[in-house]
Amino acid sequence: MAGPIKLSGGSGYRAKLRALGLVAPLLIFIVVTFVAPLGTMLVRSVYDPVVADAFPETLELLDDWDGLALPPEAVYAMVAREIKRAGDERTLGQVASRVNRVQGGLRSAITRTERELREIEQGPWRESMTTIDSVWADSAVWYAIKTTGERFTARHYWNALDLQSLPDGSVVRQPEDRRIYLRLLWRTLMISGLITVLCLILGYPIAHLIACSSPSRANLLLILVLVPFWTSLLVRTTAWIVLLQTQGVLNEFLVTIGLISDGGRLAMIYNMTGTIVAMTHVLLPFMVLPLYSVMSSIPSTQMDAAASLGATPVQAFLRVYWPQSLPGVGAGALLVFILAIGYYITPALVGGSDGQLISNMIAYHMQTSLNWGLAAALGGVLLLIVLVLYAVYERLLGVEKIGLGG
Amino acid sequence: MNYCTKSFAFLFVVLLFVAGCGTDESRSVTAVSWGGSYGRAINEGVNIPFAEESGIGVVVEDYNGGLAQIRAQVEIGEIHWDLVDLEIAHAMRGCDEGLLERLDINQLPPSPDGIPAAEDFLAGTFTDCGMGTFFWSMVYAYNEENILSETKPSTMADFFDLNTFPGRRGMRRVPQMNIEFALIADGVPLDQVYATMSTPDGLDRAFAKLDMIKEDVIWWEAGAQPPQMLADGEVIMSTAYNGRIFNAQVLEDQPFVIVWHGQLLSIGQMVIVAGTPRLDEALEYLKFASTPEAMSRVSNRISYSPARRSGASLVATHVATGIEMEPHMPASTANVAHAVRYDWSWWADHQDQMNERFSAWLAQ
Repeated sequence: MAGPIKLSGGSGYRAKLRALGLVAPLLIFIVVTFVAPLGTMLVRSVYDPVVADAFPETLELLDDWDGLALPPEAVYAMVAREIKRAGDERTLGQVASRVNRVQGGLRSAITRTERELREIEQGPWRESMTTIDSVWADSAVWYAIKTTGERFTARHYWNALDLQSLPDGSVVRQPEDRRIYLRLLWRTLMISGLITVLCLILGYPIAHLIACSSPSRANLLLILVLVPFWTSLLVRTTAWIVLLQTQGVLNEFLVTIGLISDGGRLAMIYNMTGTIVAMTHVLLPFMVLPLYSVMSSIPSTQMDAAASLGATPVQAFLRVYWPQSLPGVGAGALLVFILAIGYYITPALVGGSDGQLISNMIAYHMQTSLNWGLAAALGGVLLLIVLVLYAVYERLLGVEKIGLGG
Repeated sequence: MNYCTKSFAFLFVVLLFVAGCGTDESRSVTAVSWGGSYGRAINEGVNIPFAEESGIGVVVEDYNGGLAQIRAQVEIGEIHWDLVDLEIAHAMRGCDEGLLERLDINQLPPSPDGIPAAEDFLAGTFTDCGMGTFFWSMVYAYNEENILSETKPSTMADFFDLNTFPGRRGMRRVPQMNIEFALIADGVPLDQVYATMSTPDGLDRAFAKLDMIKEDVIWWEAGAQPPQMLADGEVIMSTAYNGRIFNAQVLEDQPFVIVWHGQLLSIGQMVIVAGTPRLDEALEYLKFASTPEAMSRVSNRISYSPARRSGASLVATHVATGIEMEPHMPASTANVAHAVRYDWSWWADHQDQMNERFSAWLAQ
């Protein structure tokens, strides 16, 4: 905080302290509600101590295991002891659900093993464990324990990128029927891009109209933009369902005027179309408002001047107006795009099967599968994409060009 | 991305104060349930009578299921929720992960004629951390007005039969229960469903069956959607929670018909969040909610069957309309004949892989 030159000693310091005191509430608020949770989540994506804490000695013994043959009796004895202990400490469930993610079926095998091991006091452990569940005769279970036992791990990121690591250390693509995230990510970027373009096409003329209108009319138009902006997101999304569903207003109208037959009603909701339409509507104000604030600072006399100097309307627009409105375009596009790639509620409601976005998958892993590591990794990938886009934008246009008006 | 903003889809609803008792703030519990018509039935059947009888206030919250909020509260060590109404798969998982208090069935009161709770609860309804509440089932239903043919759907196979019953179907956008339905429709005997699902061929068979109707399926997320879509004519039949359909039938006079063949029967669980500072009050609530009287008060409001035999025997007629509840109950003798008990443990083992496969299948 201290500047290179102290102008008036103590009082400057006090002034700075006062200034810091003024921004402190905001600073604390941002740290507590944004930086800290974001940080914890990102840490979760690479750090997972649960299995390592529960099975420390088993994992140590597995260090020199070749990953192919079954480990020796000593390892079975150790894992039996540590399974029992984890059962007593009630951490076994978390261990089991992590191991189960590597291979389905291991969750119940591990919890059943724990229950039945309570009756068994001594070895041979390998034999009794194999009797309890045959998975213990398969080296896959040991590989699952070993990989999930890594405290610092890239496996959530592999998973988020549709990759998997194999026992021999190589990283390969997931089998066809388990590749979902990359496709979803790509679709999210495509849909967000399309929505941004649609918002620009729809928003630019509106913003221009508002900027050129008389103050009273501009006010009215602004209110028309802002009322939907202030309306609950759920209400707006539900309204689109009413309009677009098969028995909805639009389809009824088209059938009534005979444009489509009763059997040929259009599917405009619960699919990607629904997501695009509803999200474009929801995000439109985020495009219009920055555009408007930039456009209102462009003197309308310039266009008249261009015309008087012989420019056609198109020329005048392209060479005088458009370049000056670019900061607004940049701000609006960046805002809409970044909001769109993280959008969650609208696609969940109207997306159907092919209108789901990556954020819906993140929500699923947060709330249902409780795979917070994977949710964090998916979020991390998304964050990285936003940062890269921002950097590209900065390189191309310069951040100082982003105008939010004022 | 940011877990502070993740949709906490619950609402603070009501704080039930007891008239004249002067309850102090510390004597209250927070009971979390699913809201909607079921939440109302729980309020009228359990929460309000409990608050009146015990003097303990009940703070009611709604949520959308899942363990995420419970896990967050336990990890941070600030427990706001005391009692939660969970799906059994989540109750078992939460128990394994140490998120829930272990319960002892012998603490619960016996039935009115003296049968201990351990014998009174139906098999498999009382688990390590969860008290069985109500059987609910996933069924499919159709709107009579929209099925014009002479024959009406009557089996699970009809749901997948686009030739006889053309039109869109509603299904929940999750793999669980849809896989079971597909196999039942494909002719797998009701007692072989989970055995078939445990083989790769069986799963391929289920997805092949789902492929047949995939183009005509509208996927729903919230339990309130199927009755809405049926009423709008958006779909001609839809899988749904039986209580939601019942509600539409009796309270809104919708011409919906439930097909009980192939219904998937599951049991709700009442759990106590581990480490709650209000453990005594929560236990008191649990005991009250376990009484046959409390259970039947709920079942006389919505068609979910009590987990206790003595509770089921008290169920009679719907409080608002006076209709007989028996034919609407998922666990009634007639309806249970063609039911499959939902195997939460199969899904606990295969959820992650199945979800990936299902998502990939949907995106194809």
